[in-house]
Amino acid sequence: MKSVLALLRRREASLVVFGIVLVALIAIRAPRFLDPKNLQYVLDDTSILIMVSLGQLLVILIGGIDLSVASGIGLSGMITALINKADPGIPMVGIVAIALGIGVILGSFNGFLVSIAKIPPIITTLGTLSIYRGVVFLFSGGAWVSADEMSKAYRDFPHFSILGFTTLMIAALVIFIIIATFLRYTRTGRELYGVGGNLTAAQYVGINLRKANFLPFLVSGIIVGLAGLLWISRYASAQNDSATGFELQTVAACVIGGVSIAGGKGTALGVLLGAILLGIIKNALTLIDVSPFWQMALQGFVILVAIVTNTLVDRRNERRALERRSLA
Amino acid sequence: MSSNESMMEPGATPGGRRIGASRWVMAATAWETVLGVILVAIFILNSAISPYFLDLGNMLDATTFFLETAIIALPMMLVIICADIDISVASIISLSSVFMGMAAQEGHVPLFWLPIIGILVGVAAGFLNGILITGLNIPSIAVTIGTLSLYRGISYVILGDKAYTKYPASFEYFGQGYVGPTHIPFELVLFLVLAVIFGLLLHRTPFGRKVYTVGNNSTAARFSGVRVQRVRLTAFTLNGLMSGVAAVLLTSRIMSTRPNIAEGWELQVITIVVMGGVSIMGGKGNIFGVILSIFSIGFLRYGMSLVNIPGTVMNIVIGFLLIIAIMLPGALASLRRRLIVRAAHAGSAGPGTEDIEQAG
Repeated sequence: MKSVLALLRRREASLVVFGIVLVALIAIRAPRFLDPKNLQYVLDDTSILIMVSLGQLLVILIGGIDLSVASGIGLSGMITALINKADPGIPMVGIVAIALGIGVILGSFNGFLVSIAKIPPIITTLGTLSIYRGVVFLFSGGAWVSADEMSKAYRDFPHFSILGFTTLMIAALVIFIIIATFLRYTRTGRELYGVGGNLTAAQYVGINLRKANFLPFLVSGIIVGLAGLLWISRYASAQNDSATGFELQTVAACVIGGVSIAGGKGTALGVLLGAILLGIIKNALTLIDVSPFWQMALQGFVILVAIVTNTLVDRRNERRALERRSLA
Repeated sequence: MSSNESMMEPGATPGGRRIGASRWVMAATAWETVLGVILVAIFILNSAISPYFLDLGNMLDATTFFLETAIIALPMMLVIICADIDISVASIISLSSVFMGMAAQEGHVPLFWLPIIGILVGVAAGFLNGILITGLNIPSIAVTIGTLSLYRGISYVILGDKAYTKYPASFEYFGQGYVGPTHIPFELVLFLVLAVIFGLLLHRTPFGRKVYTVGNNSTAARFSGVRVQRVRLTAFTLNGLMSGVAAVLLTSRIMSTRPNIAEGWELQVITIVVMGGVSIMGGKGNIFGVILSIFSIGFLRYGMSLVNIPGTVMNIVIGFLLIIAIMLPGALASLRRRLIVRAAHAGSAGPGTEDIEQAG
């Protein structure tokens, strides 16, 4: 009984409860929402947010932030689309490798500036947000790559499915499992919590700070590289402003998922749930005939509610912990 | 050298060759000097590549294109020195512009009410940011990511894909008018007045000193009797106020409102402040650096636009400038240390290392 209560008090559990209530309310207004086809669509639509938010989680855990993810998505997507347009014969395996390679470069550049040049993450990624977006333009010359200029294999790539699981969902699931395992069971993963939780202590116990500051940006970059390919092939159009503003949605998914923006606190499961919650809200609005113009305001409202409850719950837990100690 | 640094400088022993040398070194390696050199370089470069640049009329008109972001940079300087951040400013512009538009569509609202409405909306939005941040002690970046979505989201709810364009003709004065018979834009005069006010506020008032204390060590500030949360709340409310002012100027300059107005400006404003030598960790920076940074970035953009470089490509240059600007002070500090040590060896005794550390 005690452990059930402890489970319920956990952040993830309250998210699940909130999600179920939300889904029930939506289903009353629009039963179509629970249609398996629609649920599959929601997951498909949220997959990119899930994976990029998981990369963002690693960066936020060390007390940083990666504002360059949306520009990175635009850049990786544009380059892969241009390569596909120039030579439609290159197999998708090659394109995926190129996307991942671009991600390694983008992530390493951020990681280098933060861990070696010691520039604060928010400044670094504010700079690379502008730089990566500008480079999109240098490659494209301001033009778009439209659907008929892409090969069929390129356009079909995100929709390829095994047992109803599309490439998008599989990618998100695999990344989720890797990151959840990494954070929970590996030494380096635990060290990231230490660096974000108490930098001085982390230094004294001998955590390699260069590595701990570099790795999250590298991983975020690799995910962004793949996400760029998926994004552009899914929408079948590579534009210069693709994904603009998406960086804030990834931070929002983390915050809603209970990740502390100050670092050191947060789980992969929380972020997964936070991203899905945002996806449900986005999808439900159109189903219950609310103008899509409500989406941004609602998203902002949900973020504020989430951080306020986060803070209040954390405070209460800390107080309880102190009371327990004084009783003992 | 800035007044701020000279005020903070400890133990300036009069006379002595050693002090004279280190003072010269510090002035030469101060961030404001570097910015000044950059600004001059931009002027020379611009006038070399375009014959239209050095025209005084053009140059005065050009300032209006960057002074709206500049006006928000002034209070943002206070927010960042407090070790906070506000990324909702562009959304406040949008919200404030939408409310002005709503009022203007009524048709019979007296002209002077429009700027008042715009500014009041800004103040309210900034105050709400501040209350959420200081009342519950939540990190400012988390709150303002939320209100960034919320404020612009409300604009979308009200306006959707439509636009407000029915502004009274005389409303265009704020963003397009000139002062009296001169060719000096109203925006430029307003900016200069505001810059003086914010400069005095930061460097010549108790409030300004408290801002530095809060940013350097908020716990120590609290124990010294500084009402930390009130200082921060004031900074965020001022940020809202100036975003409202910027909304009036921008709306008046383009005489229309769409929900996506000023999108992405928050990053431009933060870039200006940080390039001006204000530390993102708080506690450091001064008005002179920020003003030099405003005109450097502004005229750099203007020069690039004269030779038809597209905006997104300009952003590459600005992005690299930002990163280099942050790396430089560290490099300058070590250069300064080396020069002073050399000067000291030339003189009799070594310099007090604390002096040098403090100045860096």
